[in-house]
Amino acid sequence: MSQAPPAAAEPAHRQLGMTDDEYHSVVGILGREPRPAELAMYSVMWSEHCSYKSSRMHLGRLPSSAPWVVVGPGENAGVVDLGDGWLAALRIESHNHPSFVEPYQGAATGVGGILRDIFTMGARPIAVWDPLRFGHLDDAPNRYLFGGVVSGIAGYGNAVGVPTLGGEVEFADPYAANPLVNVMALGLLRRDQLVLSAASGAGNIAVLLGAATGRDGIGGASILASASFDEESGSKRPSVQVGDPFEEKRLIEACLELYGRGLVVGIQDLGAAGISCATSESAANGGMGMDVDLDSVPVREDGMTAGEILMSESQERMLAIVEPEALPEVVAVAAKWEVNASVIGTVTEGGTLRVRQHGELVAELPAASLSDDAPKYDRAVARPGYLDELWAAGITEAAPGDAAEVLLALLDDPALGDRSWIYQQYDHQLFLNTVVEPGHDGSLLRIKGTDKALAVSTDGDGRRCYLDPRRGAARLVMESALNVAVTGTRPYAVVDNLNFGNPEKPEIMWQFIETIAGMTEACEQLGVPVIGGNVSFYNETAGVDIYPSPVVGMLGFADPMPPAPPRLDRAASGMEIWLVGPRDVADFAASAYSRVVLGRLDGRPAPTDPELGPAVIATATGLAHLLPVLHDISSGGLGVALAEIAIASAIGLAIDDIGWSELWSEGPHRFLAVAEPGTLPALEVPAERIGLIGGASLDFGRHGAVDLTTATREWRAAIPRRMS
Amino acid sequence: MKVAVVVFPGTNCEYDVAHALDLIGVDAELVFHQETNLSGFDAVVLPGGFAHGDYLRTGAIARFSPIMGPVTAMAAAGAPVIGICNGFQVLCEAGLLPGALVANRDLSFICKPVHLQVESARSALTAAVAPGAVLRIPLNSYEGNYVAAAETVGALEANGQVLFRYCDDSGAVSESANPNGSMGNIAGICNDAGNVAGLMPHPERAVEAVLGSTDGIRLLQSIPTFAALVANPR
Repeated sequence: MSQAPPAAAEPAHRQLGMTDDEYHSVVGILGREPRPAELAMYSVMWSEHCSYKSSRMHLGRLPSSAPWVVVGPGENAGVVDLGDGWLAALRIESHNHPSFVEPYQGAATGVGGILRDIFTMGARPIAVWDPLRFGHLDDAPNRYLFGGVVSGIAGYGNAVGVPTLGGEVEFADPYAANPLVNVMALGLLRRDQLVLSAASGAGNIAVLLGAATGRDGIGGASILASASFDEESGSKRPSVQVGDPFEEKRLIEACLELYGRGLVVGIQDLGAAGISCATSESAANGGMGMDVDLDSVPVREDGMTAGEILMSESQERMLAIVEPEALPEVVAVAAKWEVNASVIGTVTEGGTLRVRQHGELVAELPAASLSDDAPKYDRAVARPGYLDELWAAGITEAAPGDAAEVLLALLDDPALGDRSWIYQQYDHQLFLNTVVEPGHDGSLLRIKGTDKALAVSTDGDGRRCYLDPRRGAARLVMESALNVAVTGTRPYAVVDNLNFGNPEKPEIMWQFIETIAGMTEACEQLGVPVIGGNVSFYNETAGVDIYPSPVVGMLGFADPMPPAPPRLDRAASGMEIWLVGPRDVADFAASAYSRVVLGRLDGRPAPTDPELGPAVIATATGLAHLLPVLHDISSGGLGVALAEIAIASAIGLAIDDIGWSELWSEGPHRFLAVAEPGTLPALEVPAERIGLIGGASLDFGRHGAVDLTTATREWRAAIPRRMS
Repeated sequence: MKVAVVVFPGTNCEYDVAHALDLIGVDAELVFHQETNLSGFDAVVLPGGFAHGDYLRTGAIARFSPIMGPVTAMAAAGAPVIGICNGFQVLCEAGLLPGALVANRDLSFICKPVHLQVESARSALTAAVAPGAVLRIPLNSYEGNYVAAAETVGALEANGQVLFRYCDDSGAVSESANPNGSMGNIAGICNDAGNVAGLMPHPERAVEAVLGSTDGIRLLQSIPTFAALVANPR
């Protein structure tokens, strides 16, 4: 019996995550078989993570223009005009798969990466937010991931010297094997400091700044971020990068000093796809080419191949384009901040990227082909079969019960309870801008030396989007807008992080396209542009996809800032409680009540209202300049929103006669206003007085009462009791 | 009066300290750690952050930065030398203050407002405050847990060198009001002469009502007050 022939080795391009068709496109572009380094470059740049090949044709539907948009989608960060020469830069990213493989470093390098996107634009990063999703904390592996991610964000963010102003957190089964770690950063700059990534001027020099290049993170974009997980994923640990916040801090200060002295023509950060991406994008954006010498790249170990150096995702590196005369001063500034600076290339005419190693040409290709010629897929779409059954099963009212029992169960839920266990590990005060800190609907930052203020909220709701991605996404945009409105700002710009499962499944593409539709509708109704975003596909482990999980980052802007912005802790005895917005929407689909009390996820979420939604948001922005407390009603409904005010203000309240279902329903476009009697002005949207602040309990009348001390204790313990 | 605010690589509170000093009318200037001369300055603040990445140990590398030569000379000459958070850690590591700051009792970073009981007015951080005052000041640290040999703590106590203790909002010093496990709830101390002083919480984060507290003003105001007292003893 003859031995079976050995299985043919998988072709190199497939090992790099590239399809046969994509490989043939490369051959077509080059007119020959690619060299190994060239194949490595195309494989990373054409990965889902870098090329958006499954999403690109749909993303164009999102509205992205407004008179105040300075830089829209496509650059490292979106930029908006705040007047008087001030600009704000905003960007969101995901670090989902790296954080599952190694939670501390995955989350830490996510922070590092997003900060580079911001200071690449010329802005000083002034704040970070972290929207997070995990499996339930009752299971030890989820606690390990959650604790590790929070430590990683704290460890990197605090040390790099940029405050973390919050985020949001959700716990659900589908995230157990695929947690979501998103990160958003905000930067502030003067208009004349804006820097773009184009490399212009033949003869200009490409200077690599920052850390040495190692084998860490090789193929992070193509292997980790652009494929689904299976039982073997633990072996992908070497693909996770390791962060050094001190290197990044020095890099920030060095770059800001270089910009301040006018020494930089263009700059690009090195993130996914490392040197491949930075050199080709800089050259292509400027319509130029570049000659790159890999022997000039400082490396951490000997024997690295050209492909490894080009693909490495080692952290804390930037590629600056400078004029030859400026080089000595650039080197001196870098030396002051103890940052390595190495000349690795020259800008050339003609659009060709040439890479040499040991004197040999290892790559020669059209720089623009790495991005412009990337594949674009119109993937198959199919409405998921699960929807009809789930919609039909939904409930329209809450079963009779006791307010104390329901409220205490909800307050003990880790997604509804006190989140200070998370944000007290983050420096959220640095730079003296934080007027409203984490723990409120939106955080509010003043801009020192002006009357201007920015508010930020991040919002996601995988369950609601699972039940109806279009309505769910529209609800998210409206909720996020209301969150920044109750701080006294008006919704000004959106960034979105679209976390989805495997796009090769038609049902996942349906969820994705419906989400885009819902976000588009709501943003258009509000007149808010989407200035940037990120798509994270393949959030699938062992065939199980996550809930469709768009995350909205909303920037609000006020000029002037309210004299005393509303806070949850400013309610005082005798003040009236008003419910502003519609009263009669029964909406239990994906409600906290359904989940925590009934253990069910079904029904169809109520739609947004194209007129009332924007009107309620505008009303909130106006009232925030007059009243002490405004609070969005969202997860947990009216009951939890009332409890949050009472707990924060350490005073009870009494509610007039109110329907039992209305306490727990989660219909959109509603907020609470707390006002001294007679001070609520006439409004153009429905508003009704529903109770009074005072006493030592949460008194819901005929539905029962809860002692405030007990409610506070349960709420405070929700996360710590599970994590200790 | 002119105050030098020292910037090590990794320092991040330098602008905040300069902003706060400016608000109370004190002239402040950022000075890079490679400077070897502080002539023309009347006081020094080592601000918070992560000097040299806190690598090896908080303050362990910063103590060798060139600026520490003139800082030590100013300390010996009786000028106010203040360390806030990481700056306090650097002063301890440099031997200008006794003891050390180690990881918090619960091994997690703590960022939240705390209450401090002022114990002594004999320092460049407390000269403008009445002993017994209770202040609300933000804490922001991982290594904020003050430790020292028992006889060192005894000497500090006996000599009135304990400046602040963590307490509750009524001023009661208790274990439950101790956020990080510090010995004796100690949040800040000074040297024998009172001119070198360090504390873990951040007074510069409590100088404007819009940010939640103005209690830090009196601490920073103590720097010029103390300098004037030294120049013109009562």
